[in-house]
Amino acid sequence: MNKAGAEADAEGLKGGDLVRRHRLSTRVWHWVNAVTVIVMLMSGLMIFNAHPRLYWGEYGANADPAWLEIGGTRAGQGMLRIGGLTIETTGVLGVWTDGEGVVRRRAFPGWATIPSKYNLADARIWHLAFAWVLALGLLLYLLWSLVNGHVRRDLHITRGEWRPSRIWHDLKEHAGLRFPTGSAALRYNILQKLAYAGVIFVLLPVMILTGLAMSPGMNASWPLLTEIWGGRQSARSIHFIAAFGLVAFAVVHILMVVLAGPINEIRSMVTGWYRLPKERAG
Amino acid sequence: MSDRNKSLSRLREGPSLASRASGMGEAQLITRRRLLGAGVLGAGGLVLSGCDRLNESPGLRSLLESAEGLHMRSQRLITGRDALAREFSEGDMSPTFRANGNREVADNAYRQHLAQGFTQWSLTVGGLVSRPLALPLAMLMAMSQREQITRHDCVEGWSAIGKWQGPQLSRVLDLAGLRPQARYIVFHCADRFGTTPYYESIDLVDALHPQTILAWRMNGQPLPEAHGAPLRLRVERQLGYKHAKYVMRIEARATLAGLYGGKGGYWEDSNAYQWYAGI
Repeated sequence: MNKAGAEADAEGLKGGDLVRRHRLSTRVWHWVNAVTVIVMLMSGLMIFNAHPRLYWGEYGANADPAWLEIGGTRAGQGMLRIGGLTIETTGVLGVWTDGEGVVRRRAFPGWATIPSKYNLADARIWHLAFAWVLALGLLLYLLWSLVNGHVRRDLHITRGEWRPSRIWHDLKEHAGLRFPTGSAALRYNILQKLAYAGVIFVLLPVMILTGLAMSPGMNASWPLLTEIWGGRQSARSIHFIAAFGLVAFAVVHILMVVLAGPINEIRSMVTGWYRLPKERAG
Repeated sequence: MSDRNKSLSRLREGPSLASRASGMGEAQLITRRRLLGAGVLGAGGLVLSGCDRLNESPGLRSLLESAEGLHMRSQRLITGRDALAREFSEGDMSPTFRANGNREVADNAYRQHLAQGFTQWSLTVGGLVSRPLALPLAMLMAMSQREQITRHDCVEGWSAIGKWQGPQLSRVLDLAGLRPQARYIVFHCADRFGTTPYYESIDLVDALHPQTILAWRMNGQPLPEAHGAPLRLRVERQLGYKHAKYVMRIEARATLAGLYGGKGGYWEDSNAYQWYAGI
């Protein structure tokens, strides 16, 4: 049986049936990408620690106004400032205690960074090597998903699905944790499609393009790559915002996997086989 | 049953469905769930210390570090060797240009030259050149000049836009006559980190690039000490640490082997920063 995704729909499958759900290309990319995104995020947080301030425009350094800043006060409190809003973050951001009990005054804590100790050179080595895996992986996956019809069959949002009443209905079902059952569970609903397409077509490409936009070498090659974001420091800010967009996606994604039945869901992304949820009684 | 309870009961259904599939009972499920929880926590810890351990692994490091060559070759492939870094107008300049790295030089001879406005100082050009030179600052100032307003990108993440002026490095190298074996240009500097003097190097692609200049003027003023007086390298398509300040001596070399740690620069040798800093 090598039917995948919505194709299996028509065959009268019911809750409890074991079906082939995810293609090999999707499964391989999913796990490679999961590891890559974690490495990129953690090494990226370490790089941010080297200059924990964000700006808009082309330039920005300590004397220029930052829209976001993570730091510590003289009194030893950790602070996150976004625009005019200051939040005390002692213990987590700005001022925290490392594994050896030493109080550190860095933006992101050691448990969130690669390496766990401050080391910009090493973080860059990780970040810039895995950037290739991220970019080439996404490119190959996108091309392959266009060729094999994954995008058209499973991610394409039909006109009907854009109807506000339909979106509202799906929102209510999700909020009430009433997930689709039986063969309906094989198809992505509008919220899933928006989330997955948002990651694949928006967030990940934005991460890659804003990352490239910060490179002075690329800047000489393709100045537009930096200018479309409004300058290098804007690109750096958007890089950071999109990274936290990915974090938000990952949190919701993992939460949904746990709520929908983690063993079945994880098995389907490892082996491809997925057991359709039973229809609800009444 | 309220809606909330219904959803909770469904919540419980989720995993039990899967456990039935694998023939497990309720009691085992709880154990498995606990195990899973402990496993996740344990894995988190392992990942953390694991990353640090991987970071020390020579094999993985050299694999990750090999991306540097990929960056340089791919950027040069798409950039073209002579593509110019973007130049800005005066209105785009940073109100304050942050000084970084060493901002003062302790060396006695340097301090004396600084006090004399570098009138008695000259730049030494040597190594694999046909005509070793000692170029007084006045001569560097009298050569044909290039002025450029460019963005300085620090490896830490900040940027500043400033105006730089000085002779192109290629003109200075022409005066000295590069020997055919020369592949790298090394900049020996007056500032020190501890006992080690600062040094940096670039290859001929960047050394002969039109925007690569030896700047003695910044934002319309003689270069201040904090920014590298009397002379600072500008190599606009790379990050800030390549822009050596307090340049005293230029050396043409066939290889970087034998230059301090052999990786071509102070930060490269001391901290594993990459020699190619175009990214």
